[in-house]
Amino acid sequence: MEAAMGLMRRMPPKHSETALSALLSLIPQHSSDLLSQVDQPLQVICDVDYGKEFILCEYNRDADSYRSPWSNKYHPPLEDGPYPSPELRKLEIEANEVFAIYRDQYYEGGISSVYMWEDENEGFVACFLIKKDGSKSGHGRRGYLQEGAWDAIHVMEVGPEEEGMAHYCLTSTVMLSLTTNNESTGTFNLSGSIRRQVIYVVEYNIMVFLVTG
Amino acid sequence: MHNNNSRGRVAEEDGNQEEAELSEKQKKEIAKWFLLNAPAGEIQYVAKDIRSVLDDDNVYNAAASEAFPSHNKSHLISLKLPGKSEDVLITSFGEINENEYIEPRTAQVARVDHVKQVCTEVRPATDEELPSPYVEDYRCALDAEIMKYVGEAYPKGVCSVYCARGKDVEEPGSDFELVVVISAARHSPQNFCNGSWRSIWNVEFKDDVQIVEVRGRMQVGAHYFEEGNVQLDAKHEFQDSTLFQSPDDLAISLTNIIRHHETEYLASLQASYSNLPDTTFKDLRRKLPVTRTLFPWHNTLQFSLTRDISKELGIEK
Repeated sequence: MEAAMGLMRRMPPKHSETALSALLSLIPQHSSDLLSQVDQPLQVICDVDYGKEFILCEYNRDADSYRSPWSNKYHPPLEDGPYPSPELRKLEIEANEVFAIYRDQYYEGGISSVYMWEDENEGFVACFLIKKDGSKSGHGRRGYLQEGAWDAIHVMEVGPEEEGMAHYCLTSTVMLSLTTNNESTGTFNLSGSIRRQVIYVVEYNIMVFLVTG
Repeated sequence: MHNNNSRGRVAEEDGNQEEAELSEKQKKEIAKWFLLNAPAGEIQYVAKDIRSVLDDDNVYNAAASEAFPSHNKSHLISLKLPGKSEDVLITSFGEINENEYIEPRTAQVARVDHVKQVCTEVRPATDEELPSPYVEDYRCALDAEIMKYVGEAYPKGVCSVYCARGKDVEEPGSDFELVVVISAARHSPQNFCNGSWRSIWNVEFKDDVQIVEVRGRMQVGAHYFEEGNVQLDAKHEFQDSTLFQSPDDLAISLTNIIRHHETEYLASLQASYSNLPDTTFKDLRRKLPVTRTLFPWHNTLQFSLTRDISKELGIEK
């Protein structure tokens, strides 16, 4: 498994899907580890009730269904999928609204989704996702990019500490891929992913979202 | 994704067991794919990892013996000649057979071990392996000029000039072709980054029209891997030509052409890079919101209100 992750760190990021499926076929006994540890470009599907797209990830998945942040329903429908508590769902709705504005301001397009769930330690986890296609054929209205994709995943784990304090652990992953092609510079391709983690312990009545991606 | 999720149920896992076991041939092909896609200077690390993933030394050895030679040649790696100060470049232009490569400057032939990436033996080149004195005059003059240029422009560049075609041409009246190969690499794993520059310039001597045509391709790669994996892959091609002249004059004018295009390309690469944050990235993510002020996390309500009003009034974008 360690060697497999070593390979994923060296293969050209633009071939990461091929690399992952190659590893899955070589070491099928590690498939669930591989699928949960290797970052892959985000996928989206459409919420049929809202006519709006949402992002798929491990955090809104149950079996083969994904919960939409808009209608709170699983696609395809699922009988006993887990849901956040009503209180947390309220926060989730609000976070989705705020984050959609944030996304609009910085990304001028793209798709965002926020998912929240309670964890086992009396805390909760929130996952903020953004997917932006900046290619000529996508939302890249300036036409700088032949091909361009920006996928961001921010996972915020919040847990109570003693005396009114709480810890916030933020793991941010950004996956990027861009290609420009013109007369003077030729083909220029930059792609990859970077992950950073920060941990804060603060008073928990100060609700801070330190999402910077 | 992230391994801190214990919530989702694992999708049907027994699907994997139904799939037939991969054949040795398929495993070898997969291993070769990983080796061939290794970034410059990292194939030994990739080899170690894929060997451990495969857990089958026969399959690994078969894959390595096929993948290493093509990786070494396409990355134009340079190897130290044993007991000498020169390097030999591993390139198809200097390939005598799969394990022997000519070093034209000193007219030596190096025997290499592709998988270990070392040169094991050297022997003098035979007369048949070397170009005619007529072609050698041009090759040698060009090599001397290119060496000066590479010494000035590359901190750690290795270059060679090969005769790719017509090495037996004895006198004016026939065409021949030289190839300039420049390879430079910088590996600094302690800083989590590696980079490489490769350029190949085909120089075609067209006797009937008294013109020398130049075709160049350059490839630049960089790998940054501190808590991530970011790779740059850039390539470009150029064409130019000059008049057939004496070996020394021609060497100077060809080197000027190469220097000019490489310098321009480097400048345009630097420009692309510095344009990234201000322009290129704008189609992905802006440094500042459209309002040109930082996002007001403490007062997002104002935006929701504006949005609600626009929605009410039906003027939403």
